[in-house]
Amino acid sequence: MAIAALSFYVFAFITLFAAVNVIFARNPVHSVLFLILSFFSSAGLFVLMGAEFLAMVLVIVYVGAVAVLFLFVVMMLDVEVVASRKGVARYASVGGLVGGLLLVELVLIVGGRVGGLPNQTAAPVLPIPEMAERTNTQALGDVLYTDYILLFQTAGMILLVAMVGAIVLTLRKRSGVKRQNIQKQTLRTIDEAVELKKVEPGSGL
Amino acid sequence: MTHLDLIAFAPELLMAAAILVFILFGAFTGDKAARPVAIAAVVAMLIAAFLVANQGTDDGNFFNNLVAINDFTGAAKILILLVSAASLFLALPHIARDINKRFEFPLLYLFATLGMMILVSAQDLMTLYLGLELMSLSLYVLAALRRELVRASEAGLKYFVLGALSSGMILYGSSIIYGYSGATNFDLIAGALTASDGNNIGLLVGLVFVIAGLAFKVSAVPFHMWTPDVYQGAPAAVTAFFAGAPKLAAMMVFVRVLVGPFGDLTAQWQQVIALISMASMILGAFAALNQRNIKRLMAYSSIANMGYALIGLAAGTPEGVQGLMAYMTIYAVMTLGTFAVIMLMRREDRPLENIEDLAGLINQKPRMAAAMIIMMFSLSGIPPLAGFFGKLMVFMAAINEGSSLMIALAVVGALTSVVAAFYYLRIIKLMVFDPQPDELDHKDAREWSITAGVAAALLIVLTLGFQHLHAWFVGASAVLFTG
Amino acid sequence: MADFLADYLPILVFLGIAGGIAVVMVAASWFIAPQRPYGDKADAYECGFEAFDDARSRFDVRFYLVAILFIIFDLEVAFLFPWAVSLGKIGIFGFWSMVVFLGLLTIGFVYEWRKGALEWE
Repeated sequence: MAIAALSFYVFAFITLFAAVNVIFARNPVHSVLFLILSFFSSAGLFVLMGAEFLAMVLVIVYVGAVAVLFLFVVMMLDVEVVASRKGVARYASVGGLVGGLLLVELVLIVGGRVGGLPNQTAAPVLPIPEMAERTNTQALGDVLYTDYILLFQTAGMILLVAMVGAIVLTLRKRSGVKRQNIQKQTLRTIDEAVELKKVEPGSGL
Repeated sequence: MTHLDLIAFAPELLMAAAILVFILFGAFTGDKAARPVAIAAVVAMLIAAFLVANQGTDDGNFFNNLVAINDFTGAAKILILLVSAASLFLALPHIARDINKRFEFPLLYLFATLGMMILVSAQDLMTLYLGLELMSLSLYVLAALRRELVRASEAGLKYFVLGALSSGMILYGSSIIYGYSGATNFDLIAGALTASDGNNIGLLVGLVFVIAGLAFKVSAVPFHMWTPDVYQGAPAAVTAFFAGAPKLAAMMVFVRVLVGPFGDLTAQWQQVIALISMASMILGAFAALNQRNIKRLMAYSSIANMGYALIGLAAGTPEGVQGLMAYMTIYAVMTLGTFAVIMLMRREDRPLENIEDLAGLINQKPRMAAAMIIMMFSLSGIPPLAGFFGKLMVFMAAINEGSSLMIALAVVGALTSVVAAFYYLRIIKLMVFDPQPDELDHKDAREWSITAGVAAALLIVLTLGFQHLHAWFVGASAVLFTG
Repeated sequence: MADFLADYLPILVFLGIAGGIAVVMVAASWFIAPQRPYGDKADAYECGFEAFDDARSRFDVRFYLVAILFIIFDLEVAFLFPWAVSLGKIGIFGFWSMVVFLGLLTIGFVYEWRKGALEWE
């Protein structure tokens, strides 16, 4: 148990440290790398909470794919490091105010927690099964595709919108580019490709 | 899941099936498909609206209590589908002219409308979020669709960044609500709230986040910053869509969340909504005063209109909700009609956006000018047009509610109406009394003229048949207040 | 709850060792190796050119398209894991539920194929 507690503090510290550095790193590429670090340590926190599947998805999807996408975007934008810091002083006061308000609200929630625990009087709709009986991943799978089929299929529609949107916004047909038509290539016969010419000795073609 | 679930969700399933068929059809026929798909999409929306109106199932919760089907969601869906269909109809000539004939354009309308239908049916915070994302993602893409224009890309980016922030707020608020009630289902949240005996600060904080996120979507002050830029940057047809159906959907889900699970907290959220409403009315009225671009002007006008509609919600009574529904319906008609006229403003086949271009319109196109005059009178709330009844209903609801806050809200509403009337009437003055700089195009797209004419006619007809509309909304809002 | 955490102990140990080695290597070279920095050491080597500009040049937007399409299918696959392990319990209905989901994305796949989004010009 002590190890679990210790790892919680280590992961939590790394998450916060990395998150702060995402914002304050001067180089946007460093920001992305810190983001990956904070994803990783959040995955560690998820494991400590018993959400194994989410932890693994976090590593596969966020570290594996989203972070790469972020790197591409950073490269694509070609952000000038100095220029992006100009507004900081101007917006610091407003940002600080909003951030401060959010902090106060969070403190209020924690205060509510100290004063009286959350009123979860209702029995949980879906109690977490014993880890020995059904693993985390199984527990998710047991309900996601049947009880929550509507949400599952709606998620599919959202992915479809994302696909259509990405193609509509970024794909452009370039003119004057030679494309490879594999079907045409493989269907080519000897008759079309090679022409035999009878060349008389001594005369040109 | 049983077959009852499928029957209850038949309109949504129809929309989803239409989307899938159109994607495949478009993928194989290419951009020739743009116009046929758009027309088919309008038809699909109308059929879906018909299905909703003739829903054979009993009211209740479906799909494991994830969605609710009742008179209120039915009315909301019919309104959304009709407004979406009208917006897409309005965009038909655009598909040939400005949007480079992309068949994805009508598809994104369908996606967004499907999202709105799921959104208003939501009986669970998870359904709410997914419906909202389906709607918003399609709208972001629509805003940026003309990517060769810098302004369209800017509009898309702004909309996306701020929209993502608001989605994040809704998600954060939902997680707090879940943490304090142990449920995402609306009924269970209501149960937890009743059982909490006043110890509900956590739920309240969560609710405030959700309110902030939804206020973004209806573009109420102080979450309105994106509206003028997005309205200006997106093509006029898309702007007409943004101003109508998504606002309608977000407003209806506002009602369902606040009156439904959080009905016990009415006294608390009433203050928040009243504040948002008051700020929207004031800013919408004054900021529009010196706008030269008519799309920006309509953006501020819609902010102000959201303020008026929110008065009905702030009242928190059945009467208030009826007022909100009536107001939003009439608002959608007025907005669509006004945008139809804006799209008719073309010179040498280029869209015009300055209000000065409307000058002297009555001489060249008397019918178009007459439609615009009806629209502007209605927007400024001058009787006997329908816009007047919408305002009257929300103000009455506020006064009948009786608290000093609500009466103050009604007074502010009446005062800002007077300010707003100034810029609506200025447009009429321009059209009627000022000399015309240059003639507009003579050949008008049929779809735009029809929409403008029908909207103007509707504003008059709705006045005469207001009892029927009112009776419909009375029935629809009754289900919200039974529990 | 804490029982399953024991399963993760090897990973924790592994992370600890990996982190430890990384820190030790950097720290050791910092402390043990002689450090005499001067300007010429940072110059281009012998016949090399001075750098003209930043090595980080703009990426083509096509990389982004490939990456986002990858994410979408990555997520689709992430949904397959819980389905696979609890297929026995969710039965035929769960099976068809996933088939419909895959069908949705297959339609998307057909769409992007036909649009030529998978081609690299």
